[in-house]
Amino acid sequence: MRSLVPVLVVVLGLLALWYAAVPVMNAAETLTRAERAGAVIDPPTAVERRDLSGLTLALRNPGLLGESWSLERPRLPAPHQVAAEIWATTWDEEVNGRRGIVQSGSFSNRSLIYHGGITLAATLSGFLIGSILGILLAVGIVHSRTMDLSVMPWAIVSQTVPIVALAPMIIVVLYSVGVQGLLPKAVISAYLSFFPVVVGMVKGLRAPERMDLDLMRTYSASRGQVFWKLRLPASVPYLFASLKIAIAASLVGAIVGELPVQKGGLGARMLAGSYYGQTVQIWSALFAAAVLAALLVWVIGWAERRTLRAMGVAG
Amino acid sequence: MAEARAATAPGPADAVISARGLDLTFQTADGPVHALKGVDLDIRRGEFVSFIGPSGCGKTTFLRCIAGLETPTGGTLSVNGMTADEARRSRAYGYVFQAAGLYPWRTIGGNVRLPLEIMGFPRAERDERVARVLELVDLAGFEKKFPWQLSGGMQQRASIARALAFDADLLLMDEPFGALDEIVRDRLNEELLRLWDRTGKTIGFVTHSIPEAVYLSTRIVVMSPRPGRITDVIDSPLPRERPLDIRDSREFIEIAHRVREGLRAGHVDE
Ligand SMILES: Nc1ncnc2c1ncn2[C@@H]1O[C@H](COP(=O)(O)OP(=O)(O)OP(=O)(O)O)[C@@H](O)[C@H]1O
Ligand SMILES: [Mg+2]
Repeated sequence: MRSLVPVLVVVLGLLALWYAAVPVMNAAETLTRAERAGAVIDPPTAVERRDLSGLTLALRNPGLLGESWSLERPRLPAPHQVAAEIWATTWDEEVNGRRGIVQSGSFSNRSLIYHGGITLAATLSGFLIGSILGILLAVGIVHSRTMDLSVMPWAIVSQTVPIVALAPMIIVVLYSVGVQGLLPKAVISAYLSFFPVVVGMVKGLRAPERMDLDLMRTYSASRGQVFWKLRLPASVPYLFASLKIAIAASLVGAIVGELPVQKGGLGARMLAGSYYGQTVQIWSALFAAAVLAALLVWVIGWAERRTLRAMGVAG
Repeated sequence: MAEARAATAPGPADAVISARGLDLTFQTADGPVHALKGVDLDIRRGEFVSFIGPSGCGKTTFLRCIAGLETPTGGTLSVNGMTADEARRSRAYGYVFQAAGLYPWRTIGGNVRLPLEIMGFPRAERDERVARVLELVDLAGFEKKFPWQLSGGMQQRASIARALAFDADLLLMDEPFGALDEIVRDRLNEELLRLWDRTGKTIGFVTHSIPEAVYLSTRIVVMSPRPGRITDVIDSPLPRERPLDIRDSREFIEIAHRVREGLRAGHVDE
C-alpha cells in the first residue's frame, strides 16, 4: 500500500501537466470560437494571431480559455474527455448500445473491447510464433557453431530495418499469396518479438558455469541431457525477462500491422481517428493499447513468479 | 587400440590409477603455465590417497586429469586400465567439487537423483538410492528442501551424497570440507572414513589440512608448485580403524611432522 503513494503522486503530477497543456495546445481554436461568440481577442485579427505560439495566445487571453477543455475536436483533448470516450466506447457501448454484447450477442465494432480483442489476438499469435522461433534459434545458436556465426548477425540486421517501412511490404507480399487477416499481423508481431527472446535465451542457455557443465561431464551426460537438465532450467529467469520485452514488442507489431489494413484493431482505430481529426478517439485507443500492454506484461510477470517459485529459485 | 591400452597401463596389476611422467601445460594469455610436471603415481584398489600442497601446485589439475576433465600434454595415465576419458565415459568415478555446486532449481533429493536420471537407473531404484545416501550423510528428511534452505556444510554433504548415489568404485574429492568449520569437518571425516572402510572404495582426496590428510589416508602425496610435481609420498602405518583421538597418538604426530617437512622442503626448493 505504501508503494501506492509515489505512484499516485506521479499520476497526479502528469494529470496536472496534461490539464495545463490543454489550453496552450488548443488556444487558436478556443479563441476563434470565443471571437465568433463576440469576445475581443488580443491581438484582434486572425492574421496577427497566425504566427503567435499557443503559449503567447493563452497568456494574453487568460479569461477566454474556458472552452479549451471541452472542444469537440481539440488538438489535445483533456483527460476527462478521453476518460469519457473510453467509458462510452467500452462499458456504455457494450451494455447499453444497440450493437453491444448485451443486446446483440456480439461485441460492438465501435467498442474498444472489440478492437482491443482483435489486436490482442494478433499480439498473442505473433508472440507465440516469435517466442517459439526465438527459443529454437537460441537452441541452435548455442549448440551449433555454424549457427552461432551465421544467425546472430542476421537477427541483428533484421531489427535495424524500420518496422513501419517493412509492415506494408509484409502485408502486400502475404496478400499476394492469398494470406490475409490475422496472420500477416502476427507475422509482423513475431518479427519484432523473436529478437529479444533469441538474445535472452542465448544468454540463459550459456548461463551454467564451468563447474555445472563439468559435473555433467563426470556423468558422461549426452548433449540432450545437458540441455534438458542443466541449460534449459538455468535459462528460465532469462527467458521470462525477454518474454516481457517480447510481448510488448508484439503489441507494437500488431498495431503497426493494423495501420495499413483498416480492418479493425486498436491500430486501425488510431489511424481512423487521425483521418477524421478525432483526437479523442486516438487518445482513447492509445490508452487502451497501454492498458493492454501493462496487462500482458503483468501476466508474464505473474507466470514468472509462479514458475520461479515452483523451481525453488525465487526465495 | 590394444597398443594404446598397453601404453596407458604401465602400473601394477591392481592399480586403479596409474600415472607415468604426466605433464600438463596450460597455454594462457600470460604464456604457458606448467601445472603438472613428470608426475608418477600408482593408486591401488581400496587405497585412500590424499594430495596436499600449497595453493597452485596442481592438486585440482591432477584430479581433473584422472577424471578426464583435463587432457594431459604429456606422459601416460590409465584409470581402471583405460584412458581417463574412456573411464569417464564408463562412469568410473564420483567427483566432489571444491564447491557444492548443487543445481538451485532442484531439491536436495532432486540433486542427488540427477546422476541416477542421467545414467538411466530404474525409477524405483532411484528413490531407494536417494534415500539411502541422504541417510548416509545425515540429511534424511531434507530431501524436499531446496539448496538455499540448507547451510553450507549441509550443501557440501548433499554434494557428497550426489557423488555416492551411483556407487562408483572410485571417489575423487577436491577439498570437499575446505569451507567447513572444525567440528563439522571432524564429523564428516569420521563418516567418510567409515564409508571407505565399509565399501572398500578407492578415494583420491585433495586437502590443505595436514591433520585431515594424516587422519584419513593410507598414503599422503605431497606436491609442490611451479612446476606442479610430487615431492614426497608418505605411507601411513595407522590402522584402518581410526577413532578421532588417534590424532593425539605419537605415530600420528610423527607422520604429520613428516608431511610438514615435505611441504617445507617443497618450498625451499623454489
Ligand atoms: N584452466 C586453466 N587455465 C590456465 N591455467 C590453469 C587452469 N587451471 C589451473 N591453472 C593453473 O594451474 C596451476 C595449478 O592449479 P590447480 O588449480 O591445480 O592448483 P591447486 O593445487 O588445486 O590449488 P588450490 O589449492 O588453490 O586449489 C595454477 O597455477 C593455475 O593457475
Ligand atoms: Mg584446487
